[in-house]
Amino acid sequence: MTTLTDPPKDRFRFSQLIYDTRYRSITIQVVALVLIVAALTWLVNNTVENLEESGKTFSFAFLGQPAGYDINQMLIEYDNQMSHGRAALVGILNTLLVAFLGCVAATIIGVFVGVLRLSKNWVISRLMAVYVEGFRNIPLLLWIVLIFAFLSEGLPQPRDFRGEDPAASMSVFDSVAITGRGTYIPRVGFTNSLSGNEAVAPQEGMPPLASGLVDWLVIIGVVIASIIAMRYVSARANRIQQATGERPNTLWPNVAIFFVPLGIVLLLLGATISQPYLRGFNFTEGIFLRNSLIALWLALSLYTGAFIAEIVRAGILAVSKGQSEAAFALGLRPNRTMNLVILPQAMRVIVPPLISQYLNLTKNSSLAIAVGYMDVRATLGGITINQTGRELEGMLLLGGFYLSLSLIISAVMNYYNNRTKLMER
Amino acid sequence: MSDTHAQTVRYVRETMLPEREPPLAETGVIKWMRENLFSSWINAILTIVSLYIIFVVLSAIIPWLLNSVWDAESLTECREILAAQGLSSHDGACGAVLTARWHQLVFGYYPSELYWRPILALALFLVGIAPVLFANLPRQMLLVSAAVPFVCFWLLWGGSVWFPVMIALGFVLGYLAMVLVGKALSPLAGIIAAIVLPILYWIFLAGPLAAAMADVIPLRIEEVQSRAFGGFMLSVVIGLSAIILSLPLGILLALARQSNLFIIKTSAVVFIEVIRGVPLIVWLFTAQLLLNYFLPRGTNFDLTLRVIIMVTLFSSAYIAEVVRGGLAALPKGQYEGADSLGLDYWQSMRLIILPQALKISIPGIVNTFIGLFKDTTLVVFIGLFDPLGIAGAIRASTEWNGIYWELFVFIGLMFFIACYSMGRYSLYLEKKLQREHR
Amino acid sequence: MKKSVFLGALTVAGLAAGAAAAGTLDDVKARGTLNCGVSTGLAGFSTPDANGEWQGFDVAVCRAVAAAVLDDPMAVEFVPTTGQTRFTALASGEIDLLARNTTWTFSRDNDLKFEFVGVNYYDGQGFMAPRELGVSSAKDLDGATVCIQTGTTTELNLADFFRSNNISYEPVPIETNAEAQQQYLAGACDVYTTDASGLAATRATFENPGDHVLLPEIISKEPLGPLVRHGDNEWGDIARWTLNALIAAEELGITSANIEELSAGTDNPEINRLLGTEGELGAMIGLDSDWAKRAIMAGGNYGELFEKNIGESTPIGLARGLNAQWTDGGLIYAPPFR
Repeated sequence: MTTLTDPPKDRFRFSQLIYDTRYRSITIQVVALVLIVAALTWLVNNTVENLEESGKTFSFAFLGQPAGYDINQMLIEYDNQMSHGRAALVGILNTLLVAFLGCVAATIIGVFVGVLRLSKNWVISRLMAVYVEGFRNIPLLLWIVLIFAFLSEGLPQPRDFRGEDPAASMSVFDSVAITGRGTYIPRVGFTNSLSGNEAVAPQEGMPPLASGLVDWLVIIGVVIASIIAMRYVSARANRIQQATGERPNTLWPNVAIFFVPLGIVLLLLGATISQPYLRGFNFTEGIFLRNSLIALWLALSLYTGAFIAEIVRAGILAVSKGQSEAAFALGLRPNRTMNLVILPQAMRVIVPPLISQYLNLTKNSSLAIAVGYMDVRATLGGITINQTGRELEGMLLLGGFYLSLSLIISAVMNYYNNRTKLMER
Repeated sequence: MSDTHAQTVRYVRETMLPEREPPLAETGVIKWMRENLFSSWINAILTIVSLYIIFVVLSAIIPWLLNSVWDAESLTECREILAAQGLSSHDGACGAVLTARWHQLVFGYYPSELYWRPILALALFLVGIAPVLFANLPRQMLLVSAAVPFVCFWLLWGGSVWFPVMIALGFVLGYLAMVLVGKALSPLAGIIAAIVLPILYWIFLAGPLAAAMADVIPLRIEEVQSRAFGGFMLSVVIGLSAIILSLPLGILLALARQSNLFIIKTSAVVFIEVIRGVPLIVWLFTAQLLLNYFLPRGTNFDLTLRVIIMVTLFSSAYIAEVVRGGLAALPKGQYEGADSLGLDYWQSMRLIILPQALKISIPGIVNTFIGLFKDTTLVVFIGLFDPLGIAGAIRASTEWNGIYWELFVFIGLMFFIACYSMGRYSLYLEKKLQREHR
Repeated sequence: MKKSVFLGALTVAGLAAGAAAAGTLDDVKARGTLNCGVSTGLAGFSTPDANGEWQGFDVAVCRAVAAAVLDDPMAVEFVPTTGQTRFTALASGEIDLLARNTTWTFSRDNDLKFEFVGVNYYDGQGFMAPRELGVSSAKDLDGATVCIQTGTTTELNLADFFRSNNISYEPVPIETNAEAQQQYLAGACDVYTTDASGLAATRATFENPGDHVLLPEIISKEPLGPLVRHGDNEWGDIARWTLNALIAAEELGITSANIEELSAGTDNPEINRLLGTEGELGAMIGLDSDWAKRAIMAGGNYGELFEKNIGESTPIGLARGLNAQWTDGGLIYAPPFR
């Protein structure tokens, strides 16, 4: 058979490259490759010529030069004498921060709103519909600008807190100050910090999050160890219950396991809470969440939350009604039905579009430009390019950063998606 | 068992009681409220909280709107009028900025005596898109749809009528080449001819021909520079031209991504992922800052066009994913059926696969367009006058310096109306498709 | 390949703005319009009015150059640029002249390869604060929140000032002047810093201008001027001497009212040379002899432009100050037309 369909080699004709399906695919690919390479060469060639013409060289040396500008929010140490590269890193961390916070908040909002939109309560479901449609149909940029303006105009300014009979006062037992510039919350300092250089009061301009990083890692480690120990205690209680029918009391041991080590560690580190107070023009001490961050965070999470709410709603509706009826028949209460029966099944429908919403949110964080949040586009892609005139190199780095971030997020989420995928038969 | 029965027991009722009204709590508004608003404690709390939120929001907005001033020359005058009524400047909107500048928010700096042109273009566009969206219209109207982009281009930018005509002629030439050469030689040669001939024609013939025809029959309307475009008109022009131009590109990319030819598939995947992985604002800055590096020295065309090209490339990646979804949703039998009929790749795509795949992709394409339309606001950052850019320019003028909410509320409302109605339409389509598939 | 074809088609279409490599003057003449980069909106310097027509002090420079070169002050295509995009627009040839209150600095002149053709406004960076804050000097601003406009020299000056005075501050970077003004009025920052002219212009539009004070410190020199690309000296000369002609006209007392009369010939040889009734100055820069007359007639001399757009009779209300003629103790000084 094969000898019949295989034409003899010596009879190969040139026209077979076009007419013979076996060779044609190769021909087409070679032609496509040649065209793509030619187009790329053309672009690179143009770029080289244009660079030469304008007297610029292609070099990333500008990243080492002193930046000369200040950044208000920094998670790592930075001042205006440090390099452009360092400024870009500060911006990258700020982008990651707002993207992370936004993804978490958007998920919470989206799940709540998606569930509430299906509520039998007429007022609630209408209100949620208005929220979803309002945010989905108005550009994100407009929301960012409006929320930023609303925060700065609607909230009291630090000067309103001043004086004998101030127009505004701090909330939550005088520890949180919500102002038109941002929100100040108490911060925990360590007198016996493990990183060594930490005093109770942070130095002026010291980044709030990076200081005492080691201490926080230790505390988190202790908490995780406690939780593991608690799970062990519960597992032991279950074993005893199954063997003897009597369950030992786990509440008090668990409380002790959680709080005693934590308390000891905090005591050893000399943890103190420093509350924000008014000094000079602004509040000092405490952690300062700037309104640019809050506005961007709120807008991103409310906007993306509206999309996630629709995804969640569609996911819940995709679970057949028999499932919830069966759950009710078993006597599960509505919220347990939702948690134990509906949501786990809906997750399979929800997760893939959720990933693309996370990606969108991360990319949309570049709209920070509208509120002056110093993300990577504002530092590397904004001021640095503007001051050094290195737009080609700067934009390449910026694009590369966003691209790799997107690829990483989708890789991680796809991995999760594959793990939880329903095995089809 | 029991020895008590009806006849012997005296207290058994012998007549039916008259039907009574259900208790007050089980009827009408009260029943509805009990079931829908106060079915449980949590629900009751949620209802009250929501009602309170609605009250707070409305009580802030409604007086502001009701007190608005619609007739003033400047913000200062607005404030004076409000002060004369004993109100502070925060108690009333200054709608006068909209009456004074609405035409800029809608048309940008397009010459006001030519406003009929964009309006007519939009009307023509709606006529042209109707046969695509509503399947029960006569198919011959698709020919009108094909002509509409060229007419719209001519109406918007103006100039000689011959330029769009000559460009359109290239497509006719391509079609003729495909049919004639395809019959004479082979279908593949037909396709090659359909690509090469129009391109050669556009490069070498179209320009001189248009110039020559313009000399013979000078049919032209006043030319408008694309810099004059602004406001919602600019958003619509960028959005629509990008989506229309990106459709063919997106379909090709989707087909390439499904192809089993390694190089073609890989390059499509790389293109799509790179475009989708980077935010639009970075692409816009690329259009503004870098495009001149990538093109031969001396080429320089205007920013609006550069933005349209960039947004076209951007949306083609998204359209490709939508169309890929449509292709994947088709049952395998359709592909196999096409193969069994002996159709080659392009025939099966053209006659069997794409018509079905595109039909189920239309809701997705409309959604992509909504997203794109909203994203056109980003062009403000590279100095184009989209609605937000116009708002910035209005706020920079001495009359209206310091105005804020009125402009943004108006812009938000316009976007909401446009996007909401398109969203409803795509929902309707989805429902209709679901019904048809059952 | 496909792209070049697309471009080819576009070039044929005449949508392409034409090559930028050859002499800019020839390009502008061939095109029939001057592409002039301006700000997207800065009160008094460049804003489109209700009819979409551009007005302002920077705009007037563009119109004067267009009048000198093309004999039509309206033959200008205004290209709005942001702080971020202005330099690329000029470098790429999208615009022929950038008149967007741009500060003349060493690195912009040399590293970014531009040529500043003069100074049309001497400015300096200042601070504005609410009167109730009780601040009398910028040195009292330790710990204050400062609104700044990004993409300008402002943020570098600010960093230098606070660093050299060893006081701390909290920068709030804002993209546009309108946005910064809104933030400042809402109290989201204690002080607003930008060029003093911008501060005065901004304050003039407030509901209660008296509630805000300009602090006495001017922390930088901001010579603002139009600029062109490096390497095309003929075009640079035209822009430079058009600006100088406007300045010289004020010094020599040539106004848009008396220019017709003066161009008939006067006893002052410099006026005659400027207005082209004597000598061949126009031919030396590749224009005809009336070029300066047309430039001045486009909107008036430097002083008239100042008064009309940003002077004390306008809502902006700027005093001449440093921008008075050198004869009145200012810095505005045109080299002799000889």
